[in-house]
Amino acid sequence: MEEAFIQTTTLPHGLTLKAGRFFSSIGYLNDQHAHTWDFVDNPLAYQAFLGTQFGDDGVQLKWLAPIDTFVEVGTEYGRGRIADTIGRDKNGGSAASIFAHVGGDFGISSNWRAGVSYLRVSPQDRVSHDLDTQGRYVTNNFSGTTKIWLADFVWKYAPNGNATNTSFKLQGEFLHRTEDGTLNTDTYNASQSGWYLQGIYKFMPEWRTGLRYDHLNGGNVDYGANTAGLSNVNYDPQRWTWMVDYNPSEFSRIRLQLSRDESRQGLADNQVYLQYQMSLGAHGAHKY
Amino acid sequence: MKNILIKSVIQVIVLAAFFITAQSAYASPLLNIFACEPEWGALAKELGGDKVNVFIATNALQDVHHIEAKPSLVSQLRKADVLVCTGSELEIGWLPVLLRQSGNERLQPGKPANFEAAHFVRMLEVPTHLDRAEGDVHPGGNPHIQTDPRNITKVGEAFAKRLMEIDTQNAAYYQGREKDFLQRWQEAIKRWEMQAIPLKGVAIAVQHKGFPYLEDWLSLREVATLEPKPGVEPTTSHLSEVLEQLQRQPAKMIIRAAYNSDRSSVWLSEKAKIPAVVLPFTVGGSERAKDLFSLFDDTIQRLLDGTKVTAVK
Repeated sequence: MEEAFIQTTTLPHGLTLKAGRFFSSIGYLNDQHAHTWDFVDNPLAYQAFLGTQFGDDGVQLKWLAPIDTFVEVGTEYGRGRIADTIGRDKNGGSAASIFAHVGGDFGISSNWRAGVSYLRVSPQDRVSHDLDTQGRYVTNNFSGTTKIWLADFVWKYAPNGNATNTSFKLQGEFLHRTEDGTLNTDTYNASQSGWYLQGIYKFMPEWRTGLRYDHLNGGNVDYGANTAGLSNVNYDPQRWTWMVDYNPSEFSRIRLQLSRDESRQGLADNQVYLQYQMSLGAHGAHKY
Repeated sequence: MKNILIKSVIQVIVLAAFFITAQSAYASPLLNIFACEPEWGALAKELGGDKVNVFIATNALQDVHHIEAKPSLVSQLRKADVLVCTGSELEIGWLPVLLRQSGNERLQPGKPANFEAAHFVRMLEVPTHLDRAEGDVHPGGNPHIQTDPRNITKVGEAFAKRLMEIDTQNAAYYQGREKDFLQRWQEAIKRWEMQAIPLKGVAIAVQHKGFPYLEDWLSLREVATLEPKPGVEPTTSHLSEVLEQLQRQPAKMIIRAAYNSDRSSVWLSEKAKIPAVVLPFTVGGSERAKDLFSLFDDTIQRLLDGTKVTAVK
């Protein structure tokens, strides 16, 4: 189950409280459902640092400032279900975040939102795959503390604010992660980052095309006593992605996506996706 | 992880304290009205005068079915004391998410400050069954109620009453403005109905099913729709069918709203040799439509002009 939460609408002073299982409001893309994504997959930085998307069991408190400029600040506390870990299974939690978003309009044709967020999680036994010095696949097991900083922005343009025929969206996010703990049985610490930039252009009422560039920075990784056993190459993965989609109605979408994924050193993947989406039920409202 | 919990709690307390101080410093003496559409914004200004501050969320060049739930709308809803919208699910693609984000408890659906205009008029085109295959159909009926000025009367009466209930201090003021507005409005309706006599029974083709109330008021006859289904852009094959249909059953003009793309109606206008008429649809939809009165002055004038064109080259 992706999300199941209750959210108050009756608290005074612009406060809202949410409790249950929900996608964290850190960053821009994190709390967007997969059917609203502009590409088949999430950016590499999200895949590497947030386990694609960080959804947790917990509580969130948000406050919206009573001014013309959109200013929202919030904090979350939860069990810490990140990247296929189960999080804390007793009372209490192992994840906390704080975020702030600001936004507004540039005239009637364009609008924007930008934000910074901070997430601290303490995963237990987070499993990841790696190569040893002989080039063999091994499985690593991390326990410790993960701190992630995110900076995000999005800018949307539509002539006269009417996106029926044409519109353009530019968005980018930067994520920086530091980790401190034990990998398998020895100490481990790492400082890594990643970012993406993407533009989506609606050129006809039912057609959109988009381009995305992903980059990860291998950064500094200290394997401690594992150094002798694990390969530690200084490689920065990157990926180019292009998509075109056809939206015959608000309830269906057909998408072609091509990408050149250089996540693995010396092994570039050319990927082709063909995706068909169909929505059922009542007309849903879309987040910004 | 105890220390994280404690830290979070402290963060929350500090934030909460800051919020409450910040808010009390911002109280405005005017009643803040958030209008989803320009026609209700104009009505709120007529009735509220200088006791209200009106924010209009959309403009006449936007398709109000599809509005971006952008940050500025969230912050305006946060400040608003009263919400005035069409309802009948016209704003379903964006308003619910804005209301949730705004955290403004006064404006939630069902509260007195959440005013839905569609509740106060007789709805047309209420579907007997609902099926996604029929396109973007509204279960409560066609939401484009503002094209009949008699609906503006009903909504005006109900909204004035609501203002008096919410802002009791200024009730007498709102009542006075309502009386004045409705008097001028009734006179204007009589004038428009006189002017529109030549429009009785005139056959029209429409781009979107946006004019049933206007047709009902002026006895216009809708003989064709350019959109194959509500909310679905006209396709070439469908337009060819409409053209054939118009040859069998001619229309005097093709009508579209200011926000509609002109491509389809211009193409059909050339082929069928009848004029394509752009109606303002709401306040701000044309140079002339600056308020509710000039909106209808301009609408009637454009329709009359449409009937006078005998052939289009």
